Amino acid sequence: MSQPSISKSMTVGESGLAAVFAVTAFLCVIAAAKALDAPFAFHAALSAAASIAAVFVIINRYFERPAALPPAEINGRPNYNMGPIKFSAFMAMFWGIAGFLVGLIIASQLAWPALNFDLPWTSFGRLRPLHTSAVIFAFGGNVLIASSFYVVQKSCRVRLAGELAPWFVVVGYNFFILVAGTGYLLGVTQSKEYAEPEWYADLWLTIVWVVYLLVFLVTVIKRKEPHIFVANWFYLAFIVTIAVLHLGNNPALPVSVFGSKSYVAWAGVQDAMFQWWYGHNAVGFFLTAGFLAIMYYFIPKRAERPIYSYRLSIIHFWSLIFLYIWAGPHHLHYTALPDWTQTLGMTFSVMLWMPSWGGMINGLMTLSGAWDKLRTDPVLRMLVVSVAFYGMSTFEGPMMSIKVVNSLSHYTDWTIGHVHSGALGWVGFVSFGALYCLVPWAWNRKSLYSLKLVNWHFWIATLGIVLYISAMWVSGILQGLMWRAYTSLGFLEYSFIETVEAMHPFYVIRAAGGALFVIGALIMAYNLWMTVRVGEAEVQAPVALQPAE
Amino acid sequence: MKAILTVHNLASDLVTTIWTPVFVAIFLAIVAYAFWPRNKAAFDEAAKMPLREE
Repeated sequence: MSQPSISKSMTVGESGLAAVFAVTAFLCVIAAAKALDAPFAFHAALSAAASIAAVFVIINRYFERPAALPPAEINGRPNYNMGPIKFSAFMAMFWGIAGFLVGLIIASQLAWPALNFDLPWTSFGRLRPLHTSAVIFAFGGNVLIASSFYVVQKSCRVRLAGELAPWFVVVGYNFFILVAGTGYLLGVTQSKEYAEPEWYADLWLTIVWVVYLLVFLVTVIKRKEPHIFVANWFYLAFIVTIAVLHLGNNPALPVSVFGSKSYVAWAGVQDAMFQWWYGHNAVGFFLTAGFLAIMYYFIPKRAERPIYSYRLSIIHFWSLIFLYIWAGPHHLHYTALPDWTQTLGMTFSVMLWMPSWGGMINGLMTLSGAWDKLRTDPVLRMLVVSVAFYGMSTFEGPMMSIKVVNSLSHYTDWTIGHVHSGALGWVGFVSFGALYCLVPWAWNRKSLYSLKLVNWHFWIATLGIVLYISAMWVSGILQGLMWRAYTSLGFLEYSFIETVEAMHPFYVIRAAGGALFVIGALIMAYNLWMTVRVGEAEVQAPVALQPAE
Repeated sequence: MKAILTVHNLASDLVTTIWTPVFVAIFLAIVAYAFWPRNKAAFDEAAKMPLREE
């Protein structure tokens, strides 16, 4: 045997992490026993069980693995780490269907309120954050983690940093989702939009996110490519900024370390400002920067064309970074927020038109010379239509941030329509396109199980989006106009309940659109499942058979 | 009433005033970097990055 025998021993990471989880399990059992409220006891018990499972899995993994750790390279090629990517891609699909389904349920509740069932756990107020968190953070977050781990390895030509750390990120992140989601159903919330999880879930997410940053950064640092590809810049901006936003918006003092309730440090208008600085930059850096990274890698790759203008991508990146962070106050027009701050938020929102459209043009023009592929490749069509939706909703957003427009649109369904043209059209479609690419790549399959099913998914989901956003536009503008209608004597023309009544047909149309979107996602899940199960394996050319140079 | 003049006030006024031109200068430097003729070849190569895989 030419290979030297290595005596097997646990790495520092394995023994350290197993010890940390063992201590965590012990602390969680104490917390469960001393809990002041039932949801906290449930979450502490859940965390104890998860920690014990983690110890078991780490030790088991150690006994089953060979003595040597996986090599960084095999035959001169990077030995890419696909395990955590597969896990995250699977979870993305799972949470996606769950999140879209809960969205359909709450859309139906708005059309037919009896569907609240008069139960606290199924009331709109608890299911709504479950929907938003499931689609944004669970579905979108897993797509971002899976695609970032893939892109950073491929574009740096190096294996992902760490062995346990990437697994800690993907499993730990999904555990955060589980704690947050079950918390909402049980009534645990700090009542900050898109930042509802309570203090203990926030602390856990902080740890997971710092490890995510480290895994990504170290992989970039040990890259074999001299240049850091633009997609990695967008991913890095997403990871760093979300960390800053999370820490800025969530400092809170728990009533007791054994209870779920806490009070946020900020108060009054400062709290509102922090909340929407967080909220809008979650849109800017989670739902935009992260998914733009997907655009800059997956569209060129799928279209087999270089990025239209790399220079534009650099300017796109930096102008987005410099401008986005100031746009938050447009959520607080005509409130106690100082007038100049509102105007500042509006101005920066309007300026965002430029980077947004620059980026859109860059994505679309990448197809120059390959436009014919839109006819034959429904996956590429999905990616390109997502960029078109990005252009549309980033035109609509700055327009709605203008104060006079906002005075009509704010608090109406127009906002919901705007958010969903971005969420379903841009984030949803770019994620679907990325997963349709990523699953065959990560599982080493020649192609998808069926492009025909992708085509069905594309058209059903597109029809769903069109129904959804057009219903909300009409409903929102109708609502806004009814609210500001006065009689000749100066009285309000409509009572509030009359405006609610007028919404009903549009709510039914919206629910129908949502149902189509769910059906599309189910088709996708079946297609991806079959790709993994029965897809033909891609045969890698063995290095030994390559002709001598 | 006029604000009391302290070193801290002066420093914070200076910082809050000066970062705007500083950020603008940084941004212009980035634009210059992006359009610098000598960088063109490297950027054209980087644009093909997703296509250059084994």
